[in-house]
Amino acid sequence: MPEARVIPLRPDDEEPRVPPPSSASWEEQVSGGLEFLRRRVTGDYDTDEFGFDPDLTDHVLLPMLRPLFERWFRVETHGVDNVPTTGGGLVVANHSGTLPLDAMMATVALHDDHPARRRLRLLGADLVFDLPFIGSLSRKLGSTLACNEDAERLLTGGELVGVFPEGFKGIGKPFRERYTLQRFGRGGFVTAALRTGAPIIPCAIVGAEETYPMIGNVKTVARLLGLPYFPVTPTFPALGPLGLVPLPSKWLIAFGEPIETASYGPAAAEDPMLVFNLTDQVRETIQQSLYQLLLQRKSVWG
Amino acid sequence: MPPAVVLVTGVSRWLGGALAAELARDRAIERVIGVDTIPPSPEVLRRLGRTEFVRADIRNPMIGKVIGTASVDTVVHMNISSTPVGSGGRGPMKELNVIGTMQLLAACQRAESVRRFVLKSSSAVYGASSRDPAVFTEKMQARRVPSGGFARDSVDIEGYVRSFARRRPDVAVAALRFTNFIGPRIDSVLTSFLRMPLVPTALGYDARVQLLHEDDALAVLTRATTGDFAGTVNVGGQGTLLLSQLIRRLGRLQVPLPSPALGQLGRFTRRFGFVDYSPEQMRFLNFGRVVDTTVLRDEFGYTPRYTTEQALADYATTLVPVIPPGVVAGVTGRAQDLVARIGATAGTVGERLRPAPPSPGLRAVRDA
Repeated sequence: MPEARVIPLRPDDEEPRVPPPSSASWEEQVSGGLEFLRRRVTGDYDTDEFGFDPDLTDHVLLPMLRPLFERWFRVETHGVDNVPTTGGGLVVANHSGTLPLDAMMATVALHDDHPARRRLRLLGADLVFDLPFIGSLSRKLGSTLACNEDAERLLTGGELVGVFPEGFKGIGKPFRERYTLQRFGRGGFVTAALRTGAPIIPCAIVGAEETYPMIGNVKTVARLLGLPYFPVTPTFPALGPLGLVPLPSKWLIAFGEPIETASYGPAAAEDPMLVFNLTDQVRETIQQSLYQLLLQRKSVWG
Repeated sequence: MPPAVVLVTGVSRWLGGALAAELARDRAIERVIGVDTIPPSPEVLRRLGRTEFVRADIRNPMIGKVIGTASVDTVVHMNISSTPVGSGGRGPMKELNVIGTMQLLAACQRAESVRRFVLKSSSAVYGASSRDPAVFTEKMQARRVPSGGFARDSVDIEGYVRSFARRRPDVAVAALRFTNFIGPRIDSVLTSFLRMPLVPTALGYDARVQLLHEDDALAVLTRATTGDFAGTVNVGGQGTLLLSQLIRRLGRLQVPLPSPALGQLGRFTRRFGFVDYSPEQMRFLNFGRVVDTTVLRDEFGYTPRYTTEQALADYATTLVPVIPPGVVAGVTGRAQDLVARIGATAGTVGERLRPAPPSPGLRAVRDA
């Protein structure tokens, strides 16, 4: 009906008159910030036995990661409904990109895109917790050491645990080997899932490989600094600190169908053949899912 | 069966004295014998009641005679020093801890009357490192065996006590692995550390700390002495706090220093018998340590009355905060009021400058 079309007299008339109720006014925001500061100064907040600080995570760390998630990498999350809304679960993902940005983005994805706003408790290498600042910040973000004791404790507590079985082999692999999964550790994550009966949720992350394409590895410097690798990317160390800015690749995170482990019973963790088979199954699922996502992605920067 | 004759070593310290006093109040126990190298302070002595004090050094064989002649059936070993500050240096401290325990165990092994041995051990046996699991259960061992200091002593002491238990299977041995003590009266490494208005910590690290209130410590020791639990048990309050949080809650100022500088400061303060910043203490301040207390609740049968948070709050009543939380709350409250008022003023000014646009109903008329 072209006759009935409304022709605006003033262009700004088209703007919504009522501001969306979700965004707080600036006074409320400042007031909330002051309340946060009061809590921080007087220590009036809770932390758990792993050193997780939900107050700091929600008000500082996640808001800092969100622009990276939404604007820089434009992360698309698929299959969040495969992640259980309650109870324990083991999210197993591929690891890449020189710096563990993929772990951070998966944390934001599960918190912001999952209906139950689930927290991902990451498992990190001991090197992470040895480093000043990084170690204590990781704990405050909810990470803990990648060991069976901690994984099982978190899973029995009904937490969602994030693990990257490739470890440094995955994150520190050269760019030419992108999107090919490395060896999946010794299958420790499968035994943890079997002992606690938690489902394994395979997760494929596409995009992290291109953030810091590693074209070289200076092993001598790495050995001197006690690091597992010392990356050379097109921008680092040539451009100095500027080289730390990740390239704005397009990211896709897909959560696959959960692999149920409860029916095997906790004793199955002692059966190495079953553990190997499950490990391979998870690895294959993630590899297939990676290839599918790569076909879906229009271009690296898309 | 309640014990008839109890021997408590380290009775001149607060916790030892408190335990002896508690046991002396129990009429079912015939005799309570307190042993220490230094006589208790008049205040402790008054509280000890009918406890008989024997001034003896557990490092020499005389302790055997005491145990033999009094036909002691329960020995509570608490004469273990956690810091070189109070014991005149690391050398004497190690001697007291390790040689003292060996002498005491040798005496106990000879004494037929001994039926029960209670060891005040420490969760320090688990060490503290970046490779540790977040929570230690009794079955776990230190990932990095402590190389020196109190932690090493504790590991050694537990080792000797285990071999004693093997040689005297008729003796019930209870090893209590305590977390850090806190409370208004107890004097521990942590209480003197937190009493400083400026608390130096390691830059870039934040330890997880689990506390045990002095009343709970006393109750667990009493129960271990009079009860029948045998084995090893972790003793700590429910919940944990971060070191930074601890310092903030007490209204202290945290001074993060790079680890080498903190080591220097440690050497300096130790010389003046001040606060202990030994390498071992530093590792604890970097990584912290948390223990699982399921065995304490289910098998030992005791649930601490104070959580870590409540124990800290009780200790806080004895301190004058440098930054009082009330003042912080007042300042932020006033700032919030100010923001609200500015917001309200800005709102009214905005409304005057930009009158509210006509409602959608009117617009439809205009467009027609």
